[in-house]
Amino acid sequence: MNYTLHFGAVWASFDHLLGGLAIGLGLAVAAVAIGTLIGLLSAFASVSHSRLLRAISGTYVLLIRNIPLLVLVLLVYFALPATGIRLDKYESFIGSLALYAGAYLTEVFRAGLLSVPKGIVEAGRAIGLTRLQTNLYVVAPVMLRNSLPSLGNTFIGMFKDSSIAAAIAIPELTFEARKINVDTFRVVETWSVASGLYIAACFTIAALLRMLERRFPKF
Amino acid sequence: MDAFLAQLWIARWPIFDGFLMTIGISVGAIVFGTILGCIVGIQLVFGSFLVKLPFRLYVDIMRGTPLLVLILAAFYVPAVLGLSLSAPQAGTLALGLFAGAHIGELVRGSLQAIPPGQIEAGRAIGLRFPQILANVLLPQALRTALPPWINTGVELIKGSSLLSMIGVGELLLKTQEVIGRNFMTIQFYVFAGILYLVVNIALDLLGKSLERRLGARL
Amino acid sequence: MILDETARPLLDIRALRKNFGAVEILKGVDLAVRPKEVVSIIGSSGSGKTTLLRCVNLLEEFQGGDIILDGETIGYKTAGGKRVRLRDAELSRQRAMTGMVFQSFNLFPHLTAAGNVMLGLRKVKKMGKDEAFAIAEKWLSRVGLGARLNHYPSQLSGGQQQRVAIARALAMNPKLVLLDEVTSALDPELVQEVLTTIKGIADDGATLLIVTHEMRFAREVSDRIVFMEQGRIAEEGTPEVIFGEGRSQRLNEFLKSSRH
Ligand SMILES: Nc1ncnc2c1ncn2[C@@H]1O[C@H](COP(=O)(O)OP(=O)(O)OP(=O)(O)O)[C@@H](O)[C@H]1O
Ligand SMILES: [Mg+2]
Repeated sequence: MNYTLHFGAVWASFDHLLGGLAIGLGLAVAAVAIGTLIGLLSAFASVSHSRLLRAISGTYVLLIRNIPLLVLVLLVYFALPATGIRLDKYESFIGSLALYAGAYLTEVFRAGLLSVPKGIVEAGRAIGLTRLQTNLYVVAPVMLRNSLPSLGNTFIGMFKDSSIAAAIAIPELTFEARKINVDTFRVVETWSVASGLYIAACFTIAALLRMLERRFPKF
Repeated sequence: MDAFLAQLWIARWPIFDGFLMTIGISVGAIVFGTILGCIVGIQLVFGSFLVKLPFRLYVDIMRGTPLLVLILAAFYVPAVLGLSLSAPQAGTLALGLFAGAHIGELVRGSLQAIPPGQIEAGRAIGLRFPQILANVLLPQALRTALPPWINTGVELIKGSSLLSMIGVGELLLKTQEVIGRNFMTIQFYVFAGILYLVVNIALDLLGKSLERRLGARL
Repeated sequence: MILDETARPLLDIRALRKNFGAVEILKGVDLAVRPKEVVSIIGSSGSGKTTLLRCVNLLEEFQGGDIILDGETIGYKTAGGKRVRLRDAELSRQRAMTGMVFQSFNLFPHLTAAGNVMLGLRKVKKMGKDEAFAIAEKWLSRVGLGARLNHYPSQLSGGQQQRVAIARALAMNPKLVLLDEVTSALDPELVQEVLTTIKGIADDGATLLIVTHEMRFAREVSDRIVFMEQGRIAEEGTPEVIFGEGRSQRLNEFLKSSRH
């Protein structure tokens, strides 16, 4: 057990790690943005009167939540070209992660929808809002505010899952760390710095989210 | 379809081996993680400040780091420290440490949800603290922690697929090897996906039925 | 209040039938409310009072009879000899003609007091922001909350919330206002401020259909009292008749049991 720490080699490539971190954040932002749209549609479908829509939403969530993200990523990346759809690796990964996030967000928003008191929906209808207007101006804002903490947690989860993009050679943080690890063999330093960066980013995001939550009135 | 079935027949043993490896490693990790998690959870609730600190640190590091990073670190780091672990061992270690942190938080949460009167009641009948823990607190805590514990199991099975990236011959790696031979990319990825799906849904259903049964008793 | 006895009723409910599943809750209700009239519905729990109001506001479907509001049959039309529910947009338009105040206030939690009043004005009446705000300010002042325009519901007491809800209903300039036990969820010391507000609105000439357990208030504010029993209107008359000495045996029993 004779290992002396030398961070020099890792610091020399620190900008690569930071660049990787930025890519990871970008992937997560894009995926959660698309995933939020998917999640909203799917959540409204899951509480709709249509049995078909409910079944579609339920099946989607069941499938995605029980399959490893890596399998989904590889399937989309390697199998989609066979069907004639050409995506670059970024588009492909964002698509996969968005599908993944969408399933988790379906449950987040569904819980949010069920937490909206029936009374305020009726109050909206009573002043003459249409069903769509009620959903838009009453249900959605209340549901989104109630879902904010879970939405934030999902974002942090997706940011961590962006590490899986390394599997298709997207140069995000984990990919860069592995490269430095193999190039320099400063194993302990590389992984502690990489892990430290992830942790710092997660804590920063969490702190920002708490600030955001405080800025909006609580119901 | 026939072509696929023919190839599946040829590849049945590697895929079966991979499947067993996936299950074996997940079981190993959940056992390790549960023991670790119980210790962590108990210390996080009842430990002194100085004891809590390292456990809190451990939990936060595990929860702030992507599982893949933990796996790669567990694969590369022990060797330079003079510890030789095989890839499956390193993988089980990473998954187990990951699970330990999550289960630790579960145990902490459910221990804290138990009304303090329970400890006092235990004292009143003359039990010492370890006895209270073993006979009063843990049985209650484990019950509320059960559904999320099952969910951790599902996460581990899914997470074990990442071990393909350090060369552990689990289901995904075996599937990739098979695809390398017959190029039936979609079919075999989908097949692997279905296997994961079946196991995880079965686990999920098991969890729900246990939950119902416990719910009836509480 | 002087009422024109010959005026066409503003609200005309004819043989209204409503069931939940196999259970018939309203068993043929006939009730007319004239413009500017204040009618209170009393009756024991489960007699169908809330259900009746909800049918009038089209929050419930009903299986038989007609509800005619200001000459327009609402909720349903006959097409090819069949009775069909109107489309959502139509229902919304008709709902906007009645205001409803709920027992549990049901304010929009993400909007301020002014925002609660303005939403319907902006989205249903398509008013501009300034015009809507002016109306909101007017009505919130009217219910004594001119200083609370920018408060969120969570920052208001129950009585204040209910007054915002009253302002929200009235700002839409409805032909008819429905009030369902609007003081039942309030602490006793907050009841009076809400009742006083309603009394003021009644005196201003609004047409009100009120469900209440506050007998004294009903007697004071109403032109007419309707007593419901098991999904039917059992008796109706002026407060003097309903609460007077010559009242019937069953009404007597109800009033005795409802006195706290
Ligand atoms: N959504 C529903 N589904 C089934 N039954 C219902 C529903 N809503 C009301 N009921 C039933 O209809 C009957 C009348 O209810 P309603 O709420 O109209 O009574 P109410 O006169 O307002 O009573 P209260 O004084 O307690 O408010 C009750 O027996 C009630 O159980
Ligand atoms: Mg009622």
